[in-house]
Amino acid sequence: MRHSLTFDIAHMLAGSLVLVSFLQLYQDRLYALLNVFALHATVLALSVAWQAHAQDAPHLYITAAIALLFKAIVIPIALHRIIVRLGIHRQIEKVVGVGPTMLLGMGLVALAMVVMLRVTSEADPLAREDLAFALSVVLLGLLMMVTRRNAVSQVVGFMSLENGLVLAATGAKGMPLVVEISVAFSILIAFIVIGIFLFRIRERFDTVDLQALDSYRGERP
Amino acid sequence: MAVIADFLVQGAQMLIVLLTAPMLTGLVRKIKARMLRRAGPPVIQPYRDLVRLMRKEVVLADTASWLFRVIPYFIFAATWVASSLVPTFRTGLLFSWSADLIAIIALLGSARFALALAGLDVGTSFGGIGSSREVMIASLAEPAMIMIVFTLALVAGSTQLSTMAGFMESSAVGLRVSLGLALIALVMVAIAENARIPVDNPATHLELTMVHEAMVLEYSGRHLALIELSASLKLLLYLSLIACVFAPWGLAGPSAGLGALAVGALAYLGKLATGGFLLALFETSIAKMRVFRVPEFLGAALMLGLLATLLLFVSRSL
Amino acid sequence: MNLVVLADDAFSFLVAWEFMSLSSWALVVAHHRVPDNVRAGYVYLIMASLGTLALLLTFGVLAGPHGGYAFAEIRAAHPSPALSALVLCLAVVGTGSKAGLVPLHVWLPLAHPAAPSHVSALMSGVMTKVAVYGFVRIVFDLLGEPAWWWSMLVLMLAGMTCVMGVLYALMQHDLKRLLAYHTVENIGIIFIALGLGLAFKAYGMAWAAALALTAGLLHVFNHSLFKSLLFFGAGAVLTATGERDMEHLGGLIHRMPHTAFAFLIGCAAISALPPLNGFVSEWLVFQAILLSPQLPSWGLKFLVPAVGALLAFSATLAAACFVKAFGITFLGRARSSAASAARETDRFSLAAMFSFAALCLIAGILPGLFIDALAPVVQVLAGGRMPVQTGVEWLSIVPIAQSRSSYNGLLVFLFMVISGALAASAIHRLASDKLRRAPAWDCGYPDACPATQYTASSFAQPIRRVFGSVVFRAREQVEMAPPGDPRPARMTVVMHDPVWETLYLPVAAGVGYAAERLNHLQSLTIRQFLSIVFAALVVLLLVLALWP
Repeated sequence: MRHSLTFDIAHMLAGSLVLVSFLQLYQDRLYALLNVFALHATVLALSVAWQAHAQDAPHLYITAAIALLFKAIVIPIALHRIIVRLGIHRQIEKVVGVGPTMLLGMGLVALAMVVMLRVTSEADPLAREDLAFALSVVLLGLLMMVTRRNAVSQVVGFMSLENGLVLAATGAKGMPLVVEISVAFSILIAFIVIGIFLFRIRERFDTVDLQALDSYRGERP
Repeated sequence: MAVIADFLVQGAQMLIVLLTAPMLTGLVRKIKARMLRRAGPPVIQPYRDLVRLMRKEVVLADTASWLFRVIPYFIFAATWVASSLVPTFRTGLLFSWSADLIAIIALLGSARFALALAGLDVGTSFGGIGSSREVMIASLAEPAMIMIVFTLALVAGSTQLSTMAGFMESSAVGLRVSLGLALIALVMVAIAENARIPVDNPATHLELTMVHEAMVLEYSGRHLALIELSASLKLLLYLSLIACVFAPWGLAGPSAGLGALAVGALAYLGKLATGGFLLALFETSIAKMRVFRVPEFLGAALMLGLLATLLLFVSRSL
Repeated sequence: MNLVVLADDAFSFLVAWEFMSLSSWALVVAHHRVPDNVRAGYVYLIMASLGTLALLLTFGVLAGPHGGYAFAEIRAAHPSPALSALVLCLAVVGTGSKAGLVPLHVWLPLAHPAAPSHVSALMSGVMTKVAVYGFVRIVFDLLGEPAWWWSMLVLMLAGMTCVMGVLYALMQHDLKRLLAYHTVENIGIIFIALGLGLAFKAYGMAWAAALALTAGLLHVFNHSLFKSLLFFGAGAVLTATGERDMEHLGGLIHRMPHTAFAFLIGCAAISALPPLNGFVSEWLVFQAILLSPQLPSWGLKFLVPAVGALLAFSATLAAACFVKAFGITFLGRARSSAASAARETDRFSLAAMFSFAALCLIAGILPGLFIDALAPVVQVLAGGRMPVQTGVEWLSIVPIAQSRSSYNGLLVFLFMVISGALAASAIHRLASDKLRRAPAWDCGYPDACPATQYTASSFAQPIRRVFGSVVFRAREQVEMAPPGDPRPARMTVVMHDPVWETLYLPVAAGVGYAAERLNHLQSLTIRQFLSIVFAALVVLLLVLALWP
């Protein structure tokens, strides 16, 4: 089946986003993780910009610019500052090792492909595969949140999950700018709240390691 | 007449790979040295090393057997046959249908099998370290390579390298996600198989960092010359493979005239130089990994290859 | 064994099968004074009985309520899909336990090493193949059209068998146990090919099914060749040194050069290295996998690439395993006095080994002959066949079409010989031919003691650390004596067998518990015994009364 170059490049960019999500799962140092997250946001911005060009929808350029400015530049720098000020331990402890995590990631990508390609069997085949990639990015973001002990890496997982949602929305041809702005705004609020909480937790308990914090929960004697 | 011309072309290919391999190694070393602000050895130094080794006497350990003496010839034969089957300046070589990509990888696998046996032959602990680490690295690198072969074969519809190269050069291929993943995985596997940083240091003499060097520690003289030449040939093979599959521009077709052949040869030399430069750049900018991080690195390559194959199984357009 | 293959009805099949099991059991416990052998025989008997029970039920269901036990009658009857599924599961248990599919493989590594070496060769090389024959006969021939999910079950079991078999083999340092675990891995490869054939047959792709089946059957033949060769070699080593443990061998290539050469050919063949025969069958299986995207089932679309990755992984680990087996046993320096006093075996054993080695080479160079010989069988089972191989130029083999892929073992072999000869003659002319013997360089730290060289466990350590820590929960414990204490340091490796601990131990515990409870039946009064007999009689009469 021959496609035009436009669709091929869109696929490549979506596939690269999945690849960078895997790269995030592989990292075990915090600063490297922030750099890879910046790369994730950059690839997302490129993908959205390309979709703007392919679908001839200029408002998507603004979405791409927002993604590039906030997620690739502002948020990584802010997180970097938080890490320095909190003095967080810079090695990411994982619940499961790299090998099983990657295998789980593979399984999630396979699951996303099966679900998307079966559920949307009458839609345009190219949009279906883009949606499958977007679902994979969302699932990989969730996997990252579930298998990391460090709170900052959980924030990064949450952000990359939202990147997957943006990819899905732009791929589906016609996400109004209003929705995008409201989603981005809510994410920003959530991020600020999380940052404030991290500071409070750090002040009270001297650590943001979730395993250690677990012992302070009310139900245990 | 056509058959004789084909014979000549195949013979030329075998000679070209043999003569260019040390030059490639020399080029990579020179560029690495320059990047580290050293003058570095001249590019033709590997040729001088080979001649010097040939003239020297072989010092054989007391405990070495006949296998130890035969293995360098076997490794050289297997690697040379494999590298003459990868199209360099022209596709459709005379005997290219006798061994496809899977057979080429298996030939390299037999060379590695023999080298691992040579490491164990003399009965020292260094050889044991090299052999055991080498088979651990191979246990993940070769499945990753087979997955890459599956991806390429599913895209091109055949496991023959000439057919693959021809398909990649035509306009039917387009940009594909699976090919991108396969390229990244192939680069990672090539680094591991050729014992380059970050997997293994080709210039080390400390046993904690040795894999390939430890297996050939006891070799000297003409045997060592053959093994070094085989290692250079293997690097050339992997670069030619990446070039003919992912950068096939300039490759002459099966029935090309002298002009097209000359263009193909020049394009090939250009690709080798570029590949060597990029390899030297990569090696200088990254540190060598701890031995037990290599399985994670190669596991990632295996996952990428598996993902690429999976995408092709699920959807023919990906 | 021959009677099983020749049987044309279920009754003679089962009788011959039982006879085969019993006679091999007798051979396994032949050296009954060794306590390990008695335990091996006990486990073997239990598993063989389980397998025969499953096969009895299989043939019972196939024969149906009218009791038509002849194969011709069974082929004519068409059972419902539910019954066919039941037959498949029973056949997998019955034949799989004799062949060595994980998790029914536990008797194989105990029984095959316990038997005398030529019997081990027969058991590993041929008896497991009779089980494969049983599976092929029941599932491909007698059951008719397969459902799509049958192949998924077979492929999953086979993939697991492949990887587990070779990982177990890598952890062994007993030479014959290593070879026995390796048989498990190769059975996995054969069942992968058979599973693929089932999948293609279920969707009506006859020529693809023919390719997969030919690959499986060719591997059956190849495996019997090189596994027998390897067991003969192991037997020769055992007779010459009295040792099966690789940790006490070494340097045998100097003492037993001919055995070493034949064993090397066997190792190279089983590691699927061209131009020998192991490579041909693996290559055909890979070509069959490459045809699989055309299968419409989603489950298979995900399972087949994963199985392909597992197959490639186990093939590489098999090569690692045989580097270890040959390298530690034959190369290096002798690790015990028994190894340094070994003598070459007699001419008859050597002749047997060399004839097998020659057959391995011939099957690798001229595979077309064997593929064409298998074609009539494949035609019956799959309804199609591979293209005729003998007419292809230069004796290559072409699995599907010339334009797609081909392989020529003879040319590869000739090329390697010619290049090697060219290199040797060039070196002789141009290079110095002086040679001097000296102590090993060893980076300037020479060690006279042979205990400092790598052992079987140390060779497997990187792989044990990477894969064994996950699969076998392998842990190394080092106990160092405190300073001033002259005791040696001790390193212990603790591994758990996952199949044994999760499946067999709970079942054995359950059986023990039930036996204990039922023990009360031994000590009842006469009145209670009579009432049990009375109750059984009443129940049977009720069943007879209420049966429609």
